[in-house]
Amino acid sequence: MPPSGTEPREPNAKLLYFAWVRQKIGRSEEEIAPPASVTTVEGLVDFLRRRGAGYEAAFADLKLLRVAVNQEHTNFAATLGPHDEVAFFPPVTGG
Amino acid sequence: MSEIRIQNQDFNPGEEIAALADSQGSVGAVANFIGIVRGDDGMVAMTLDHYPGMCEREIAAHVEEAKRRWPILGVRIVHRVGRLTPGDNIVFVGVASAHRQAAFQAAEFLMDYLKTRAPFWKLEERNSSSVWVEAKSEDDHSANRWK
Repeated sequence: MPPSGTEPREPNAKLLYFAWVRQKIGRSEEEIAPPASVTTVEGLVDFLRRRGAGYEAAFADLKLLRVAVNQEHTNFAATLGPHDEVAFFPPVTGG
Repeated sequence: MSEIRIQNQDFNPGEEIAALADSQGSVGAVANFIGIVRGDDGMVAMTLDHYPGMCEREIAAHVEEAKRRWPILGVRIVHRVGRLTPGDNIVFVGVASAHRQAAFQAAEFLMDYLKTRAPFWKLEERNSSSVWVEAKSEDDHSANRWK
């Protein structure tokens, strides 16, 4: 329970971007509070696309992208919980 | 005994190999691989990006898989990230075992994983253009043979 007198915190998602996704969006990570209507990775992507041209460019073709939620590879249909860490990146190329 | 490090700074292969020896005398073989940046096709530099946390966890999971498959006594993996130029060390993989076959095979298994599926991305600088490397199928073939 939050201490009395404080508002409950918005559920935040921590977003991470790697490789050209980071370059297109122009940052490597951020915390956002998506609206309650965002329940899946796909929904999150739709929400992010409206945040600007960089996001639109990064998420233009989801076939070029991979996603991990809480550091596990998953797909765009995956359900999101509060405080999830969501990472977007191109297919890994290895070292 | 295993150690996994992802770092910007260079590593000393001799120190890594020495750390794989043991005092009890059970290690009879240490196989190691060192990956080095090539300068072919006019490559000026290569910048490696990785997913901190996930990268170490995934590599650790593959070290565990290698331990299930082979009788391994020690593993050390050092992978560099950041901007590297031709001639720079990229990766060190060392495996200690009682016998050479397990050490060779486990080192190759881990290297095939690192080259294909580990969460790294490479930006290659050639002349004035920088291009993110796309996943390629030749290395995938190397990784698939361990399935």
